[in-house]
Amino acid sequence: MAAPVEEALASTHVEKKKKPPKRYWQEEKNEDDANPDKDKNSEAQKEFSDKKHKERQKKRKSGDGKFISGKTDPFPGEAPVPSEQLKKFQRGKKFQKSKTDKWKAKAIITRSEAESNLVQKEAARYDLLLPEDAGFLEGDEDEDTCTVSQEDIAEAVDITSGAKYFNLHLTQFGPYRLDYSRNGRHLLLGGRRGHVSCIDWQTKNLMCEMNVMETVQDIKWLHTEAMFAVAQKKWLYIYDSKGIELHCIKKFNDVLRMQFLPYHFLLATASATGFLQYLDVSVGKEVAAIGTKSGRLDVMAQNPYNAIIHLGHPNGTVSLWSPNQREPLVKMLCHRGAVRSLAVDKTGTYMVTSGLDRRLAVYDIRAFKPLHKYFLPAGASCLSLSQRGLLSAATGDVVQVYRDVWGGGPISKPYMAHRVRGSVWGVGFCPFEDVLGIGHGEGFTSMIVPGAGEPNFDALEVNPFRSLKQRQEWEVKALLEKVQPDLIGLDPGLLVKVDKASFEQKHKERVEALGYDPLENDKFKPRFKKRGRSAAGAVEKRKKKVAHEDQRDVIRKTVEERMEKEKEKKEIAKQKAEQGRKTALDRFKK
Amino acid sequence: MDSSTRKRVKMAAALVDEEEELSPDEENEISASEDEEGSDDDRKHTKLLEAISSLGGKRRRMQAERSEASVQVSEFSVNAEGAGEKIQLSDLLGSMEKTPGTANTTKKQLRNLQNSKGTLELPLSRQQTEKIQRGVAYERSSKEVSRWESVIKQNQKAEQIIFPLKQESAGPKRVEQVVAGWKAQTPLEQQIFSLLRSNNQPVTDPVLTPVEEASIKAMSLEEAKIRRAELQKARVLQSYYEAKARREKKIKSKKYHKVQKKAKHKNFLKQFDEMMKTDPAAALEELKKMELSRMEERMSLKHQNSSKWAKTKAIMAKYDDSARKAMQQQLELNKELTQKLVVPSDDDDEGKDDEEEASALPDFVNDPESASGAMNPWMRGRLTAEGHEVTTDPHTMSTEEPARSQEEVEEEEEDEEEQLLVHFETKRKLRQDEEDDLVPVTQEEEEDADGEKTARDGQEEEEEEEEEQEVVSEFNTLFNRLMKNSRTSMEPPPPPGKPARTEEVELEQEEEALLDEGLVRARTMEDLEGLVHDGIAEESVASVPHAASVDAASEPHSRRKKEIDPREVLTKDANVIKVPLAPTLLEGEEEEGSSAQMSIIKEAFAGDDVISDFLKDKKKQEEAGQPKVVDLTLPGWGEWGGVGLKPSRYKRRKFRLKPHPAALRKDQKLPAVIISEKRNSSVALHQVSQLPFPFQNSSQFEVCMRSPVGQTWNTQNSVKKLTAPKVVTRLGSIIEPLRKEDFQPEEKSAEALKKRPQIVLEEKRGKGGRAGGGARRAQRQQQQQKKKKQKTD
Repeated sequence: MAAPVEEALASTHVEKKKKPPKRYWQEEKNEDDANPDKDKNSEAQKEFSDKKHKERQKKRKSGDGKFISGKTDPFPGEAPVPSEQLKKFQRGKKFQKSKTDKWKAKAIITRSEAESNLVQKEAARYDLLLPEDAGFLEGDEDEDTCTVSQEDIAEAVDITSGAKYFNLHLTQFGPYRLDYSRNGRHLLLGGRRGHVSCIDWQTKNLMCEMNVMETVQDIKWLHTEAMFAVAQKKWLYIYDSKGIELHCIKKFNDVLRMQFLPYHFLLATASATGFLQYLDVSVGKEVAAIGTKSGRLDVMAQNPYNAIIHLGHPNGTVSLWSPNQREPLVKMLCHRGAVRSLAVDKTGTYMVTSGLDRRLAVYDIRAFKPLHKYFLPAGASCLSLSQRGLLSAATGDVVQVYRDVWGGGPISKPYMAHRVRGSVWGVGFCPFEDVLGIGHGEGFTSMIVPGAGEPNFDALEVNPFRSLKQRQEWEVKALLEKVQPDLIGLDPGLLVKVDKASFEQKHKERVEALGYDPLENDKFKPRFKKRGRSAAGAVEKRKKKVAHEDQRDVIRKTVEERMEKEKEKKEIAKQKAEQGRKTALDRFKK
Repeated sequence: MDSSTRKRVKMAAALVDEEEELSPDEENEISASEDEEGSDDDRKHTKLLEAISSLGGKRRRMQAERSEASVQVSEFSVNAEGAGEKIQLSDLLGSMEKTPGTANTTKKQLRNLQNSKGTLELPLSRQQTEKIQRGVAYERSSKEVSRWESVIKQNQKAEQIIFPLKQESAGPKRVEQVVAGWKAQTPLEQQIFSLLRSNNQPVTDPVLTPVEEASIKAMSLEEAKIRRAELQKARVLQSYYEAKARREKKIKSKKYHKVQKKAKHKNFLKQFDEMMKTDPAAALEELKKMELSRMEERMSLKHQNSSKWAKTKAIMAKYDDSARKAMQQQLELNKELTQKLVVPSDDDDEGKDDEEEASALPDFVNDPESASGAMNPWMRGRLTAEGHEVTTDPHTMSTEEPARSQEEVEEEEEDEEEQLLVHFETKRKLRQDEEDDLVPVTQEEEEDADGEKTARDGQEEEEEEEEEQEVVSEFNTLFNRLMKNSRTSMEPPPPPGKPARTEEVELEQEEEALLDEGLVRARTMEDLEGLVHDGIAEESVASVPHAASVDAASEPHSRRKKEIDPREVLTKDANVIKVPLAPTLLEGEEEEGSSAQMSIIKEAFAGDDVISDFLKDKKKQEEAGQPKVVDLTLPGWGEWGGVGLKPSRYKRRKFRLKPHPAALRKDQKLPAVIISEKRNSSVALHQVSQLPFPFQNSSQFEVCMRSPVGQTWNTQNSVKKLTAPKVVTRLGSIIEPLRKEDFQPEEKSAEALKKRPQIVLEEKRGKGGRAGGGARRAQRQQQQQKKKKQKTD
């Protein structure tokens, strides 16, 4: 592709002098002068380039590539966009037009098609602006990448990257859970025995540190790094980045795991009592509390694609929940033993689960079908998926990272592995960084995993380098664009579809929502009358009268309808009979 | 027709006035003629007339007597002599000739009138003339109005309309457009202009001459030629083909058509065979089509001996042997085609009803008769105590009761084989039936298709071969299963449906060896009880023995499977991952150690329980979703009632309202998944509940909604374009209503252009002053032409 283009370039653009565009009064001699130059090029090349040129011309109607000067544009029209890139931005399928479409609908559809095509093309063109590329660790021949130690990597890479491998020795307050903020700048650590600290981990700047003097089950950043939630022994607490307690939410008790849905501003919590609760952190209201009736909930993950919460249960099932439905949307049997951990990938396509049966299963959660199943000798206690689809699984005190878990064939060995001091309690990939955070019994380890993070970031969405002002601005905008919890469902595209429910169904729902039937005609209540006319018998009589009247009305109506129908029928029959009586001689009548 | 009506219209217009004048004249004539006779008689006569008319009820208005001025005026009586004679035109015209003032043309016209012998047509009635006038007016005004249509449509279609509509075009303007009275003043200017003029160059247009513009816009000659040639060729080909088809259709020879049909059929068979080899999916599709056609034939009244041909044959059958034969054949065909899938007998029906309370629809409803006969416990030789349990699905049985005695097991095996054989037989029968009906066309031609028969035979053979292969494979699977069963009875089974790797198996065996008491108990007793309680065993009665789970998965599911085999759940085999660093368990932490042990125990115990629990759960959900039968029978109504008496079968059938079967569940084919069928009504509040106007179906709407508009997903440019307002008004400018002149000034120019060819292919410089080019312009011209045509009409 590249070679012929260059040739074309050479033949046209590289000229001795740049000539002014040809005017109408100039004669054709000029062109003749220009031609010999071209003739010098070998014939074959010229032909080739001509062919290309013609093809291109055919492809694009818009620029006919002719100047008045007679010069031809070697690259007529706009630059082509590779189809792979186009495919990346494709939304939905093309519509098959039919002949029965009315012109108005047709016009609208064609316009919207054209618009979406244009949008797709433009977006694909702008993809050029994402400069960074992702790469992976590559070992020498017959060297396993999983044997490369972190120290070696840290030595090999530049200083700033090397500094991302570090250990925090926190032996006192025992196994740690962790959470990275959405832009990957801040790290939250929660020790089992009450130690909570947040760190700007890249600068190693400690933002706050405290001991809540209770067991800490889980910690989670809220929408910004200014607030975080801590699930303590009894209640759920919210602190700010300086460690000041903002709220103690007593409606949320015995919380074991938490997930934050950033676009809905919902904090979903799973408790030891089997309740799944949703807290709207923007207004501080409980949105939904669902009793799952499946015991202690200590395995939880969210699907970033559709904000569905996945819960793992001791009977080997994984259930999917939305705040709008009291029963699980989907329940799937994943393991023979209890589910120990699960993770869902960024695109919401794959789910990875690990269970007590020491299996690691990869599911396609669009079809709810297993893709791969692996047997891990010790089973995985904690799972985490990176932005680019690396899977980290902790078995005891070893953390393994896997590559291409769902893409290619079955994997046989990990991409990387690292042994930490204590048993692993929590793992999490840092967004936009090639770093995996490991919380364990002896503190925290930050491990370098090349190729884990997304190299390009959308600064309007999550900006790792944002200033305070930008953060504030973003917060306001995000709050304005908050998605209502009503819209959470398995298919986020449901909103653009037409609701095809029947009238009865809708009416039923309406009745449920309102608590009464708005279409029901009200019951007759007899007025109270004096002088014994409101005695039970009299009242009953009056009621009956009214009821009879109503019934009579109904009957009258139906009878009328029937009569009309019969009349019509008769008329039709009459007409038919008249037509039928006609003879061939009728045509001569006048 | 057209001209006559027009004439009429004209006449009507002219004669409307005359009509009124004419009628009194006639009466006068009558009265005048009567006057001729005696006055006395006359009076009597009129009296009589009056009396008669008064009798009629309708009062006839009598006209006052009138007389005509006549040539001779008598002083005694008024009479109208000569009034009876008609006035000729010539009488009137006589004076015309003499008068000098009249124009020659009128004279000529009058002479013509005189010469013409034809009588004038009767003028139309007023209603008719008015109707015609209205029609003409409507046509005219609709034409007038329809002129606006295109503009309005265009504006409706337009993505964006900028008001005011008439705007000055951007771009280079001619000098005289910008400057009103500019003249070359300086000598340099004058020189330049003189030069330009002398060279015949445009002075005012800065960029292009009109010719150049036109030639740029116009289509090139080659392109136009190529296109024309293509079109011509296509048209010619089409006409050829049409002619051929018409000719062939006209051929009356039946034989010819028969031969043709046969050839077609042969060809089709050949193709089908090839397709079977090359593209089995398409072949299957074809087969389905055939099946459909067969169904259609079954529904239609073909081969019912009700056709004309059949009736004549029936008459002939008494005397003609061949006719009888033909009829017989036809009848057989009919029988074959209409052979219904069996309706179970009454007793069976009742039994089924009872079962239906437990399960929605047992499988054997769809089975052919022989199969159901085999299933019927009364029809099989062996009697057993428990009615239902007898025919329990063999492999569930075998898994449930591994501790049975060897003999029983063997018996069961025999049973299984028998069932399988029966099953195969029914299958074969069905297939043969299908084969016979494979191509409906064949039956029609059977009488005279000998060569074809051989082909069909070949096909049959092939199919039989396939069948045999299938049988072999099924026997293989049966054998495998038997082997498995024997193994299960010997030793505690591995988790079902798990063709695991050897290492894994070893691992598991070790574990199981550690904990084998518990395992056995969990599998045998609890499961069995649970299954029996839940009626799973009962349900599986009717299901025809499945092949082993793996085979079942690979086989195409021809019949809906009601029961999920626990073996089919979690069948994915696991790949073992080698981990370089083995996890170390810290000995110091006893808690963890104990928990790990606990987990191991749990792991071991988990196995089957989890699966069966899940399946139970799923079953419950499915049943909850199924619509229920409404029973309206009143016991004791119209018959004896009391303890131990059931309402009669007839009543139960009549008063039990069977609901429509529920739609297929989304998790129909996913054994290990329960998908909730509840509607997400919270989103429904935000959804569009009715299709917006111009769309005809929801897919159109959804297509238009599929791409987002916001800035988050789009580039700035496209957002601007997507969110552009439909109507833009310029601030402070007056928006005037659309005028005719705004869109019709081109009419005249277009008419002028009409004489030229629409597409100017090549033109010399000097000539083409105003060559029309561009598709748009041509279109407009066409429109104008059409309009003109309409006008002339």
